[in-house]
Order: sequence, then C-alpha cells, then structure tokens
Amino acid sequence: MYSEKVMDHFQNPRNVGEIENASGVGTVGNAKCGDIMRIFLDIDEAGIIRDVKFKTFGCGAAVATSSMATELVKGKSVQEAMLVTNKAVMEALDGLPPVKVHCSLLAEEAIHAALWDYAQKNHIEIEGLKQPKSDIHEGEEEEEY
Amino acid sequence: MIYLDNAATTKPADEVIEAMLPYFREQYGNPSAIYSLGSAAKKAVNQAKRTFAEVLGAKPEEIYFTAGGTESDNWALKATAESYSAKGKHIITTKIEHHAILHTCEYLEKRGFEITYLNVDQYGLVDLEELEAAIRPDTILISVMFANNEIGTIEPIAEIGAIAKKHGVLFHTDAVQAFGQLPIRVDELHIDMLSASGHKLNGPKGIGLLYIRSGLKLRSLIHGGAQERNRRAGTENVPGIVGFQAAIQRAVARMEEKTKKELELRDYLIGRIEKEIPYCRLNGHRTRRLPGNVNFSFSFIEGESVLIMLDMKGICASSGSACTSGALDPSHVLLATGLKHEEAHGSLRLTLCEENTKEEADTVVEELKAIVTKLRSMSPLYEDFLKKQHKA
Repeated sequence: MYSEKVMDHFQNPRNVGEIENASGVGTVGNAKCGDIMRIFLDIDEAGIIRDVKFKTFGCGAAVATSSMATELVKGKSVQEAMLVTNKAVMEALDGLPPVKVHCSLLAEEAIHAALWDYAQKNHIEIEGLKQPKSDIHEGEEEEEY
Repeated sequence: MIYLDNAATTKPADEVIEAMLPYFREQYGNPSAIYSLGSAAKKAVNQAKRTFAEVLGAKPEEIYFTAGGTESDNWALKATAESYSAKGKHIITTKIEHHAILHTCEYLEKRGFEITYLNVDQYGLVDLEELEAAIRPDTILISVMFANNEIGTIEPIAEIGAIAKKHGVLFHTDAVQAFGQLPIRVDELHIDMLSASGHKLNGPKGIGLLYIRSGLKLRSLIHGGAQERNRRAGTENVPGIVGFQAAIQRAVARMEEKTKKELELRDYLIGRIEKEIPYCRLNGHRTRRLPGNVNFSFSFIEGESVLIMLDMKGICASSGSACTSGALDPSHVLLATGLKHEEAHGSLRLTLCEENTKEEADTVVEELKAIVTKLRSMSPLYEDFLKKQHKA
C-alpha cells in the first residue's frame, strides 16, 4: 500500500523529538480524526532553519509525511520553507495512497503553523503565510486520559 | 509468521481441502442434472444440509446455502422487510452490528423502514430492558449479532430470543463469529434466522448459510433457477458446501478442546498486556467474550502504525483505527462502547486460533511493548500527558 520511501520514513523517521526554547512551534490536526503533528523550528538571525524536530500521533503516512517535511525544510530559509507544499512532500515520498493525501496537507500545515508562531514571536510578516486554521494552541485542548 | 487475525479469516484445515478436492476433480456435476454425476453432487449437498441441521438442532430443509455471511445477512433483513411489511415497517438492531447488517438497514431506511439501533454498555452488551421497550406493534424483526467481531462480546441471545418470542417478533442473529465456536441450538434460543460463514471456522471462503425457521414467508434475494427449494437461485457451490461441512464437523468435534486452549492463551495474553503495557484498556467483556478475542486500546498512539510495525515483525493483527478502513471515523463498535475517538484510533485486535502457542504470545507481547514505547516517544499526545503529570 505504501511506497518504499514512505516505509523508510515510517520505520526510520528523521528528526523526531523536541527543541527546547524553539523559535517556532506549531501543532495541527486533532485526535478525533486520528492525526496530530507538532513541529519545532530553530531559526537563526538570518532567517535560516538551523534545526527542526517533530512529534506525530497518527498512521504510517502521517509519520512519514512529518519526517519528510522536516527533511525538506532543514537548512532552508523561511521563504524557501514556504515553498514546501504538500505536493512537494508527496513527490519526495514517491506518492501516497489517495486516502492518505490529507496527511501531506497536515504536514504542510504543521510547517506553516510553526512558521506562524515564529513570525508572531518576532513581530515579522512572512510573505504568503496565513494563520493556519487547525493550529492547536497550548492549553486549548483539554484532554482527559 | 504469527497469524493473529482469525476473526478476519482462518486458515482452511487440511481435512477441509481434502474433502473439497473430489468435488473439483471428479464430482463436478450440476446438482440439478438428471444423470448420476449430477445426483452424486445433489446427494453431497443434501448430506451437508443434514449435518448443519443436526449441529443447529434444526431440520435439513431449514438450511439454505449462500455465498457467505454478508449475503445471509442481506437476505434475512431485506426479505423479512419485504415479506412482512404488511404487518409493519419497524426493525430493531444494535449499534455494534457488522456492516453487512448496518448498511442493509440504511438501505431499508431509504425505502421507508424505521430502524431502532440499540445502545450497548461499556462492554458491548445489549440492554434487555431497552430492547423490550423498543418493541412496537409494527416491529417485524429483531436482529442482534451472536458475538461481536471486533471486541468478542457474546450477547444474551437466549434472553433476546425469549423476548422476541413473547412479543411475536421474528429474531435473526448474525452468528458469523460464533458459529463453530460456541454451541448454538436454534430452538432453545428461539432463533428464527441465523447467518453463518465458512471461512471463519477453517472452511473455504465464498460459502455461508442462512437458517430459516420453517413457516417463515421469506422471499428470494437471488432470483433465477429453482435451487434451494426455489428460494436461492444459482448452481450450488458444491465444493464450498462440502468444505463448509467438513469445517463444521471438525469445529464441533474439537470445540471443547479448542475453547479450553484458546481461553487459556487469551487470558494469558490479556494478563501480560495489562501488566506490562501502561495506559491500556481491555475492550469488550472480560468473561462474556469469544475464546479467541483480545482487543486493547493503547492511549496516545494510533492503530495503523502499530499494525505496520507488527507486520514488519511478521505478526498479522487488525485495528479499529479509521486509517485501516480509509474513513475518518474509527470503529463504530468501539465508539458505541463509549470510547473517545482517540482511544478508538489506538485499538488493536488479536484473534487467536488453536494453533497459536504461548511462545507466540510471548513474542507478540515483547514486540508490542517495544512498538508502543517507540510510538509514544514520537507522540505529541504523550508529551502533553507527561507535561501535565509533571505539573500535577
């Protein structure tokens, strides 16, 4: 069902983890639908993404798209990172099954949410960036376990 | 490979395959034909009816062969609806039925029938008082599954049958998961119609049956020739019928031994998972469950990821996660038992057969522990949970 690249990124996900005091953090999706992605960005003064980490709750495709999205934005400028679309993530993974395309959209959104957080913190505007709709802010979700 | 998806399908038994082969190679005649090759096939079909009748405590002429459980469910519901619509257009079923029932009910709803979907409790059990209260003068059918395919809960069929009889309402049960696993006598349980399938009991795929109590005025679902006493057209699947017969004979003969073995392994597996994997929950009833069914929810992780990782270790299992079905909503069964969406997404079903061993169970638990730990370490939900715990 999945391409070799998807399986590779699922089995050996790149950049899993957290960044303390990250320049920007974005969390998208919701547990109800079965996918949550959180992306941490470390951006230097020149606007270059020095490091990126992610955590994902979701299916194989959700993990693989998160992993690939982090690979695609690492070392890029903020403007270049804006060009990493869900299509780019899908192509880099040699495609996704139709029912999993929403995972790649979520990965794009997670990057945008983290960039939005960075932009807000630094009072800057990033061309073409809008506030992500499904961004989950801290404390907004009251989950009981 | 460790195969733990026996509720999905089972490995055909050697004696089943052996029983079928002559009906492919030599006895290939059409049972409706006049010559002896045909009558030999006809004899085999009739013998199989006697076998199934004996198992169910029914009459041979009450056994109708179909293409499987799904066809049997469709037939029972659609034909009852059509044949008894003069009496009323109300049907009672449950929220945890197989889609063969639920989607057929939706079809009937679009054609003017009213369906009551009974709730279940946290274990998946139907409430008998709720059932009785739902019966109306225009109720024509109660359809409740014998045992649930996902969580293994065994419904109070005898009590449901008694209520149906008391109110003069027909009672159908989808016994696909229970047939050959549990003793079933249609008269004692007041069952009017029963669906069963061959491939869930080490038999072939593509063969099932519908028991129809004599006296019921059920119309055909499949029209054509005069097979099955004019009620189910189409040349009989003779090899399938013979294989199905071999499978039920084998299942009945070994039921006691098989049940004992599976129960032991099931409870061992449940015990180890509960003890060794934190933040998990057993779905279904602890004792009123099929002997081979294990179903857990693991918090903070998603089922498909677990399945892929198990598959990489050679372990076949299944999940109530939406991602395995291509829909957004996770298992309707788990949601009906009161699970939250995220818990239902993180469910895992392991269904045993008598060939599974304790060593296999140990391997599964060890692999599962590592997989759950790995996926939790990647989960933002687990991260949030740990932070909240830290604050508190």
